[in-house]
Amino acid sequence: MSQINVRVDGASYTDDVEPRTLLVHYLREQLGKVGTVVGCDTSNCGACTVHLDGEAVKSCTVFAVQADGCEVTTIEGIGADGALHPMQKAFHEMHGLQCGFCTPGMIMASIDLVNDNPDPTEDEVREGIEGNLCRCTGYQNIVRAVQQAAGEMHGRSAGATETLGAQS
Amino acid sequence: MIPAPFAYARPTTIDEALQAVAAGGEDVKILAGGQSLIPVMRLRLAAPETVVDLNKIAELRGVREEGDAIVIGAMTTHSDVIGDPLIARYAPLIAEATETVADRQVRHRGTFGGALAHADPAGDLPAVALALDAEFVLAGLAGRRTVPAAEFFVDYLTTALEEGELLVEIRVPKHEGWGTHYEKFNRVAQAWSIVAVAAVVRREGGRIAEAKIGLTNMGPTPLRAAGVEAALSGVEATREAVAAAAGHAAENTSPSSDLNAQADYRQHLVQVLTRRAVTAAAGL
Repeated sequence: MSQINVRVDGASYTDDVEPRTLLVHYLREQLGKVGTVVGCDTSNCGACTVHLDGEAVKSCTVFAVQADGCEVTTIEGIGADGALHPMQKAFHEMHGLQCGFCTPGMIMASIDLVNDNPDPTEDEVREGIEGNLCRCTGYQNIVRAVQQAAGEMHGRSAGATETLGAQS
Repeated sequence: MIPAPFAYARPTTIDEALQAVAAGGEDVKILAGGQSLIPVMRLRLAAPETVVDLNKIAELRGVREEGDAIVIGAMTTHSDVIGDPLIARYAPLIAEATETVADRQVRHRGTFGGALAHADPAGDLPAVALALDAEFVLAGLAGRRTVPAAEFFVDYLTTALEEGELLVEIRVPKHEGWGTHYEKFNRVAQAWSIVAVAAVVRREGGRIAEAKIGLTNMGPTPLRAAGVEAALSGVEATREAVAAAAGHAAENTSPSSDLNAQADYRQHLVQVLTRRAVTAAAGL
């Protein structure tokens, strides 16, 4: 067992973990943060994406012990005071989810993308979230949601939605 | 699925890491970014006795200038490579190829040195290092040695690293004034290269003075396309001359056949991609 000190969604934790424990299993099973899901077990699907010291990572491909001394943000920690994060709000408004299983990872990856690229084109969004798979193949509205949220997160008006309004 | 149990060491200096590797028993794995190692451990294709994690060794990260070369720390992440100003100036081919590696999340964790030491023939960075005549600095308890890229990649997933050695940095000669391009063919998002070509070209006026061509996934190791390089040396820089030279790209290759492509298709593809890569690198 190794002892780790980690901040998750703003709270500090000190826990003993086996070195082989994956970060996603620590989050779900020891902390009860079941908003972060496991989709594939092969590092492909991105459903387990969280932010580790501010950068999106696949939490199935990091050992919990490696998060020692780090700040982890999960889908459960991005809203403020009960309000949805702009990315969550945009996924809701633009119907960026169908079954919803990929959504936590999609949102965490998309926030990371928009932090780096405040105004991504459609192609840049598609490339930026290539590490996340939607089993419903509902990518069209996911891309629209990311572009709408990018506008809101960076203080642009909702003008961008004019080109996004029609549902294909 | 979770990995089998292992002992975990997290050194903070290269010396400590070498000691930890030496003390780790029969089966030690070195954990860099973990984006290849953790998946195979999860599948229990690897079940090391000890894992030595390099992530807390600050001296292994970052890029510096040293005379006529830049030196890239082995633990520099793909994301940091993509944004690095020295790489952008002196070896932009590395950043261009790194942008095609896997996906954002993987690039945040995965490292330049880890990808090279893993030496997957479908990985993008080995052929790039080979085309740029990079040198690999290996540290062991007995000291350091430098191995040229042409001697570093020995066989499938096998490098010149001896047991107990660590890849600590990669020296890349500055390539100011060269044109470069990485042409990659794959079919789906985050996929490995089916075939890819790294082209490094120096022009003198209307002629191609020198060309260095690295091939990804055309054999168990990355390859230099020596026939293409010879055919390009001194030729007039025209699309026709490049196309003719690219016809040599499949010479002395031994690609595998798999679900993505048969070997003969790869040998066709490498000629097409070489033509595109050299054409772009030569600015034609």
